[in-house]
Order: sequence, then structure tokens, then C-alpha cells
Amino acid sequence: MRSSLTSANRAGWAFALPGIVLILAFIITPFFLGVGFSLTNQRLISPNATRFVGLENYRQMLDIAVVDLQAKTDAAGKTVKDAEGQAEFPRLRSITRNLDTPQYHGMQEWFRWVSGNTAHVVIASDVVFWKALLNTCIFVLVVAPVQAAIALGLALLTNQKLRGITIFRTIYFMPVVVSIVVVSLLWRFIYSGQNGLLNNMLSLLSFGHFQPVDWLGNPHTALGAIITMSIWQAVGFHMVIWLSGLQTIPPTLYEAAAIEGASKWQTFRYVTWPGLRHTAVLVLIVITMQAFAIFAQIDVMTKGGPLDSTQTLVFQAVQRGYGMQNIAGGSAISVILFLIVLVISMIQRWLTRER
Amino acid sequence: MKLLNVTAGAVIAATGFCSAAFATTDLTMWYHGAGNKVEGKIVNQIIDDFNSSQSDYKVNLQSFPQNSYNDSVTAAALAGNLPDILDMDGPIMPNWAWSGYLQPLPIPEDHFKDFLPGTKGVYDGKLYSIGLWDAAVALYARKSTMKELGLRPPTLDKPWTKDEFMNALEAAKKSGKFDYAIDLGMSDKSEWYPYAFLPFLQSFGGGLVNRENYDTAEGVLNGDAAIAWGNWWQSLFTDKLAPGTSQDPAAHETGFIDGKYAFSWNGNWNAVKTMDKVDDVEFLPAPDFGHGPKIGAASWQFGISATSKHPEGAAEFIKFATQDKYLAEFSDAIGLIPATKSAAEMTKNYKSGGPLAVFYGLSEAQAEKRPVTPGYVVESKVFQKAAADIADGADVIDTLDSATDQINADIKRNDGYKKN
Repeated sequence: MRSSLTSANRAGWAFALPGIVLILAFIITPFFLGVGFSLTNQRLISPNATRFVGLENYRQMLDIAVVDLQAKTDAAGKTVKDAEGQAEFPRLRSITRNLDTPQYHGMQEWFRWVSGNTAHVVIASDVVFWKALLNTCIFVLVVAPVQAAIALGLALLTNQKLRGITIFRTIYFMPVVVSIVVVSLLWRFIYSGQNGLLNNMLSLLSFGHFQPVDWLGNPHTALGAIITMSIWQAVGFHMVIWLSGLQTIPPTLYEAAAIEGASKWQTFRYVTWPGLRHTAVLVLIVITMQAFAIFAQIDVMTKGGPLDSTQTLVFQAVQRGYGMQNIAGGSAISVILFLIVLVISMIQRWLTRER
Repeated sequence: MKLLNVTAGAVIAATGFCSAAFATTDLTMWYHGAGNKVEGKIVNQIIDDFNSSQSDYKVNLQSFPQNSYNDSVTAAALAGNLPDILDMDGPIMPNWAWSGYLQPLPIPEDHFKDFLPGTKGVYDGKLYSIGLWDAAVALYARKSTMKELGLRPPTLDKPWTKDEFMNALEAAKKSGKFDYAIDLGMSDKSEWYPYAFLPFLQSFGGGLVNRENYDTAEGVLNGDAAIAWGNWWQSLFTDKLAPGTSQDPAAHETGFIDGKYAFSWNGNWNAVKTMDKVDDVEFLPAPDFGHGPKIGAASWQFGISATSKHPEGAAEFIKFATQDKYLAEFSDAIGLIPATKSAAEMTKNYKSGGPLAVFYGLSEAQAEKRPVTPGYVVESKVFQKAAADIADGADVIDTLDSATDQINADIKRNDGYKKN
């Protein structure tokens, strides 16, 4: 290590220079600028001077509290019930717009749970941020293992010596080449609730028993629909990486396994999988980082709706920074996203280290 | 890039010296309509006419696609590269004026005294921009449908009340002939939302922000009138009278023409197209929800950048472009409302008795501008989200409270959008 960096190696540095300059200009400098902006009230455009506000942007975003609402009682002291026999609670605005509780001003409900005559309400100053954080985590938790697994399956399938196997590789790889914006637009038609391809197909396959679902317009299905489409779109890319990993495994090992009489599963378990160790680490880390950056699908297909069910961190960062001209707020989200991805990558690296 | 500019500058300077005797000053102009052939043709025609009408100035046009136009201007402003003349969407003008992108027009306001109020971009008491047209939103309907459903045709003087409007929608739904009673264009989650739907809220007696000094939304966006609006707005979707936010975008363009919807709440830039395809289409004025029928005002307008070195030349061009004949030409081509009465008389659609004549009066009397404040850029986004969330079934009061808090937080973050 020491020798290669310190000894006179001009050609090496010359080759590295363009990369270093680009990374400095487009990744490292903007990162430090972002950290700086997140501590100010920087606007996209404003004639007013930028002010240092410390951690105010982070406080705004992360502020969270739990308040209790007592069920309404009538004159006789009995609990008021609504039409469905549930206890009725006063509106949250009786707390968040109450002059006696200024600490809760400007906060909104995220979710609540009811026990007896008390409703525990989790309120936050920036509910959309929390929802975006949760959605992004769900997205990553589903996409990373599922996409990696499907990609591996496809790689194993297309790693056989068959005639015309390149055609299949090409077909699976094709969605990766098409711009994600175009893919999103196409899938918007597929998911359309009125006469989308998916609904029509499901109804055809079930002989008309299937009730059409408005996939992107329903808060319960929107995120799932985007997850499915995202997995499909990028699976080919990871398939290729797995394929390259598969082809580094020496054929002699397979021959030896065959001579020993190993079954298909045993071959995979004791030859293929250990041989894919480094590829697996790479694929998992790359998918995780890509999944955290989900943006284009959201921007084209749902704009975070319906009811914030598809909000994500990057979409919110862009929305705030450019849409709402709040560069400081957008930067703060980016910094938090960076920290999350950094921590997770380090954990993954540690878990998959050479023992 | 810089080097290129310097070289180009040197070349221009050099040629300038050679022809100093009959020097023309070059002006650059940016326009948002790239990709729109009809619009582009007229703009080019105006520029050619202007360039050949005198020898002092020469206007050079650069067109941008509408979607990226505002970003391009912002980027150019940050880089100090604004053109001399630019066009802008009316409600964004205060933000650009406040940010120092624009200079007030060096033309006395009197020059435009006949222009519709919506076409005049006045901020801080100064005229910053002027539009060749105003846009209006109308309730598209078919005469045959109206007759079949037995509906009273609303007029400017006697528009539909809220009840009449809801009865009309219910009748259309009951007839069973349509996918939905009315198409509102909910898939277009953009400036269309505040432009088209804010007037409903205003007609209920609510608003986006306090219009006295634009310092708070409390009680305006979450007051009783606004809550009444929210409940009504939500009922349109829960009662399946209108397609929701996941509507197919193409349906807003063609759904009414195809007969999928009985009514369409649509801009009059689609009027000419629709008249070509639907013989008995009628354009009805907005219903009155209690505080008068209202529609949005202010469309694209021309202004001069703060960095322009030749504001007098740019002003010459703007005066030239705002002649009646050009206003009429634009109107005939894309159905927009010409800015003056005299120009309206020269058009097919807006002259007395023309199929769209009713809107000239409506724009004159009842069009209401979106809040004229630099903070509108943010307020517009907040309204978009609130209106979409309510349509998707969110709790009305909580949503409006949250929107109010967001607007107030933004105003506070910007020190009330005053210059300091």
C-alpha cells in the first residue's frame, strides 16, 4: 500500500486525476456545502442575506411528541360514543392550536392508538418527513433482498450453456437500458385504475372475478406497486453482476463436485455460494444505496401521493429544495439520508467481513 | 463557456465597429412555448415584424419547454445570465420581482389602461409585467346534455348556485351515461390546482393567505369557510362525481370530447380544439358558492430583466407586441382571452356574440388573481398538496390546519417576505 502511493508513480496519478477531480467537484464539495446549508436558512432565491440558524432545521424536522386526548364526556359525565360505538375524542387542534400549550403549535398527527378512554397521539412538526423516512426504509427492506435474490435466480438461469442464451440475457437486461422516466410512464398505464393492462389481465385470468384496483390511487397499494416496478426495472443490472461473479468460479470445482456425486443443491451450497461471496457484498451494498435514492418513479408516477403513501426522502429533498425554494430544508434531509446510508453500509460491510 | 462568450463578444464587437454607422442593438428574449408550433409561429411573426419595423433594435428569440422554463430562469439569474426580455407566469412575478430578477417596466401604466386587470402584473405598486392575453376556466358542457337533464343554462348575471351545480352533477350521474359527472383534471398535479381550484375556495369565502398584508394563513385557509369548502371538495370524490388524483392524464384532454364526462372544468386554451370536435359545446360560467362566482386570473406575461442594459429597447418591443392585432391573433390561434376589448372585437370567439364572448366579461369582472406575494411560490405547492390529500380522503380540518402551519412557517422563515 505504502509503496504504491508514495513512490513516484506519475502515470497512476495521472489516470486517477480526472476521477478525483470529478468526485471532488460533484460529490465531496456539494456534500460539505449541503452540510453548511443545512445549518442556515438558505433559500433557492431570495434577496435577503442567509443567516446561520444552527440545528433549527433538524429540530424542525425531527421534533416529535406524544400527547393524550381524553374522550369527550357529556353533562352526566358519560363518554360520548360515535355512530360505530367508539369513544369520541376532541380534535387534535384543541391542543395544537391551544394558547395554553404553545410547545405543540404547528405539530400534526402522525398516528394514534386508543386504550380505553384515552387516545395516545404521536405528533410531529414534520409528519411528511417521518412518513418519507418510513416509506424509504420499507422500500429498501423489501427491494434489497428480493431484488438480489431474483437477480441471482436469473443469473443462475442464464449462466447455462444453451443455444441463444444471450437473447435471454439481453431480454432481462433491457429494462435497465431504458430511462427510468420512460419506464415509469409506461407502468403508469399498466397500473391505471380505469383500463390499465394489469387490471385487464387479472380480470381475464380470473374470468372476470377480479375487481379492478386503482393501483397507484390507493394508499394501500401505491407503495407496493412502485416497489414491484422498481424491482423489475433494475433486476437485470444486478443479474449481470451476479453473472460475472458466477463466471469467476473455476469450472474445475464443479467437475470435482460432479465426481464426488454432489446434488444440485449441494453444488450450489458448497461451490457456487462461497464463490459468490464478494459479489454478494457488492450487490447488496449497491442495491441498498440505489434503493435509498428512489426518486424518479415517485416524481413521475405519484408525486408522493395518495396521502403521502409514497413519499420518500430524496423526493422530499427535491420538493423542498426546488419546489418550495427551501434549500436549507432540502440539505438537512440529504445530510440525514447520507448518515443513514453510511451507517447501514458500514454495518453491512462489518457483517460480511472476512472472518 | 466563458472563453466562448469572450470570443463571441470579441467577434460581435469587431463586427460592431465595422458597421457602426447603422448599428442595431441586439436584445435577447426568452419564451416558454418551445414545442408549441402555433404559439411559436405567432411569436416569431411578432419578432420579425418588430425587427423590420425599425433599425435600432433586433430581438433574438430563445424558446424553452414550459416544464423547465422557470428552472432555466432561476439558474440564469443565479449565474447572472438573464436575457433582456422574458416571459413569466403571472403569479410567479412577485417572487422574481422581490428576488431582483426584474425591473419595473419603463412604460407608464396608463399605456395599458384598457387591458384586463388579470394581464397587469403589479407588485409593490409598480407594473412589472404585462400579458397579451388572460386565461379563463370554464365549465364545458353540451347543449344536448343540458337539455336532456333539464338544467337551467347559467348566465353571467345568474350563475348556478352551489345547489344547482350539485343537482346538475347528481342528474348527470343518475343518467348513467357517463363514467363521471365532471372531470376536474386531477391528474395534473401542478399549477393547475391553485389556478383552477383556488377560486372554488375563494367563492366559499376562504382563501390561501390573508390578502391584507400576506402575513398569515390562519383563519383564512383553515377558517369555517375553508372547512366548508374542504368538505364539499371531498364529497365530489367520495360520491364518485369526479375522477380522483389517479385519473389518466389523457382523459382531461379528450375525456369530455369522447363523452366520458358530462362536464369538464377546463381552461379555455382547450376551447378551440373542443369546438372543432363537439358541435354543441357550451362554456358555462363558474358556479357561485356563496361569495360570487370566481375564476383564476393572470397568465403568461412579458417583463424586462433587472440586468438588461437596454430596457428602453425591451419596452419598445413589449409595446409593439401588445398591439391589438397580435392580441387577436393569439386569441384566434389558441383560444385565450385577448387583453383588450378592442382586440376582442377582432377575434372570432370573443367578439360580441362569439362563442366565448361570455368569458371576456367574466375575466373583466370576476377573475381573481392568486395571492400577489413572493411567498405564493410556496403557498401554491402547499395548496396543491392539501387539495390532493383532501380529494384522496384525508381529514379535512387536519389537512387545512397543517397547510396553514406550513404557509405560516414559510412566511416566518422569510421574514414576512419583506426586503431587509
